[in-house]
Amino acid sequence: MTGTVPGPAPTFLGLPTAPRGVGHLRGDEPFPDAARTALRDGQLRANLGHATSTIRAKRATVVGEVPDWEQLRAAGKALKAATMARLDEHLLELETRVTERGGTVHWARDAREANEIVTRLVQATGTHEVVKVKSMATQEIGLNEALEAAGVDVFETDLAELIVQLGQDKPSHILVPAIHKNRAEIREIFLRTMPSVDADLTDEPRRLAMAARAHLRERFLRARVAISGANFAVAETGTLAVVESEGNGRMCLTLPQTLVTVMGIEKVVPTWRDLEVFLQLLPRSSTGERMNPYTTTWAGVTPGDGPQEFHLVLLDNGRTAVLADEVGREALHCIRCSACLNVCPVYERAGGHAYGSVYPGPIGAVLSPQLTGVEDNASLPYASSLCGACYDVCPVAIDIPSILVHLRAEHVEAQQRPTPEGVAFRALAKVMADPRRWRLAQRAARAGRLLARGRPTLPAMPPPLSGWTRSRDLPTPPAETFTQAWVREHGS
Amino acid sequence: MRVALFATCLVDTMVPQVAHATARLLQRLGHEVVVPPGQACCGQMHVNTGYRREAVPIVANHVRAFAGAEAVVAPSGSCVASIHHQQAAVARRFGEQALADEAAALAGRTYELSQFLVDVLGVTDVGAYYPHRVTYHPTCHSLRLLRVGDRPLRLLREVRGLTLVELPGAEQCCGFGGTFAVKNADTSTAMLTDKMTNVLSTHAEVCTAGDASCLMHIGGGLSRLRAGTRTVHLAEILASTEEAVSPSQTTRPAVPA
Repeated sequence: MTGTVPGPAPTFLGLPTAPRGVGHLRGDEPFPDAARTALRDGQLRANLGHATSTIRAKRATVVGEVPDWEQLRAAGKALKAATMARLDEHLLELETRVTERGGTVHWARDAREANEIVTRLVQATGTHEVVKVKSMATQEIGLNEALEAAGVDVFETDLAELIVQLGQDKPSHILVPAIHKNRAEIREIFLRTMPSVDADLTDEPRRLAMAARAHLRERFLRARVAISGANFAVAETGTLAVVESEGNGRMCLTLPQTLVTVMGIEKVVPTWRDLEVFLQLLPRSSTGERMNPYTTTWAGVTPGDGPQEFHLVLLDNGRTAVLADEVGREALHCIRCSACLNVCPVYERAGGHAYGSVYPGPIGAVLSPQLTGVEDNASLPYASSLCGACYDVCPVAIDIPSILVHLRAEHVEAQQRPTPEGVAFRALAKVMADPRRWRLAQRAARAGRLLARGRPTLPAMPPPLSGWTRSRDLPTPPAETFTQAWVREHGS
Repeated sequence: MRVALFATCLVDTMVPQVAHATARLLQRLGHEVVVPPGQACCGQMHVNTGYRREAVPIVANHVRAFAGAEAVVAPSGSCVASIHHQQAAVARRFGEQALADEAAALAGRTYELSQFLVDVLGVTDVGAYYPHRVTYHPTCHSLRLLRVGDRPLRLLREVRGLTLVELPGAEQCCGFGGTFAVKNADTSTAMLTDKMTNVLSTHAEVCTAGDASCLMHIGGGLSRLRAGTRTVHLAEILASTEEAVSPSQTTRPAVPA
């Protein structure tokens, strides 16, 4: 939960952003502070380094096999851009088709409305427990907490999500929520929290998976309500699609009587054919597999087969505000593959929790501040060295570095009062725009030589430069700049 | 060819030997080098820190300083990438259409050093001599924004006396990132530590790159550790010859310990 006081969230271009006090889009502390703590956790660094380098290599191999990968990326980008341009029409078509096929569509303006709708639907069935398919949208809105507050037990069924839930932890990765845990730590969580677990459980992955399977099987069989997210929704047929690896999703989507799907409005695609592109891009980018083991699609309800009651909750929660920003809207193209997390040198070291939002890594650093309004997540656009590795691997070619830079500017331009940094940068801009002033400033920089007192490096600097000099030397400025020397030697 | 040298604000002020080396190299290859006196900064630091409005007059100054130049060369992948990808865009954003057009045209004539040598001049053997064990760090903006590819390596392979050793994890960022190095100093340092580990694992005497900024970062870390391995800009290596080892073609560390 957030540490901020609940209240109306600021609006962006007049459109509502995700409300405060509900859901998991805001952290308790700014990124640099959270990262400082995380960086000291050697086990976390080892776990993340191992996991991200393994998955990076897998992705690179299977992407390298596809000769037309760049065309596929371009197609994915074009499809998303075209869909966003007419999002309202596609959503209305989706509603019509889902309704025709016996489903019910609910529109949720924000996290609070979505939680209320889902809680009401679950309570109407008379059950006190639900099984869940891994879903980012429900994590974003804090649905589990809302249901638990209403007396409903929630069982996550994705292995990694189960580990996080049993460990009373938070997810730290979009695809692998427990990426920060190694198998020895997972074994410990299972032994501590699974009531009927074999006391001789080892940390062999197969044994751990079997323990989780035994723990979950009973819950699948007795569950009357399942809650899922959606990877895609096809407007022309009213079809929902969930892509997964473990089969837990298939169990949840087929066994219970009632199915409630919470989906961000940006997940819609116009036609069934569009899936052809995304179902090639997604598994190779996310798990590094040519094809994911389970792809479940369904449309409405089918008498005698699968859930007999289907509800689709369409979630905005700030997405329309993102759509209104012509630079930032590209973040809505994200298909949640998490390739950008796996290549990000910042994510690899600081880990997902440092971002404070359920959306960590590069995509989180552009998505979370836009969903909440940039001032509620102002440190995230700066949590990047702009190395560009994220843009290179993104399967729908989202130019994340450019959006980060754009959001930094949005933050700077949102300041009502002058900041010390703003004063300094504005003064420096005046200097750098005028050669005469610039030469004078360069001469002033040479005064740094006095601080060095003949040594080749400068002494420790006061803030903000102390951030540099705590771990790195700064060279003593030279006696003469290049341009000065050039003029001296060559005339002008 | 008459080449206008853009030293970049950082090189000009902090590591002038890199600009001297660039000029000397281009002259040795038979080209006339001019240094437009109005030059200051490309505006990248302002844009990337969020001060895009303030960057517009900096861009205007840059465009003014290099107006009429046939070809502009800079010893920096990052600054050239900003000229290619950011200058016209920020001018356009604030309604400066004419400036945007001029900036775009100038960007078309602006080259990073290794690209200029290999693509425009068509040389890979520049007649350099540098008897040291060297590893090459491909800086992020050369690699991913300019796509310089293996051009720097092709240039280095032709340098006599030079032993080139491959850098493990070469494509990972060193953690510099401009103001990132200060705003997120801890994460930046963690990235730098891993980069230095890889550099030191090569047992190279010299770590080179096409950006003085990234080298100041890596060199600043190595210097703090008294590691001995030093950072030297690609231009300095390519400018070195057996005959002419001048003080400005130093192979001393960018940041001596």
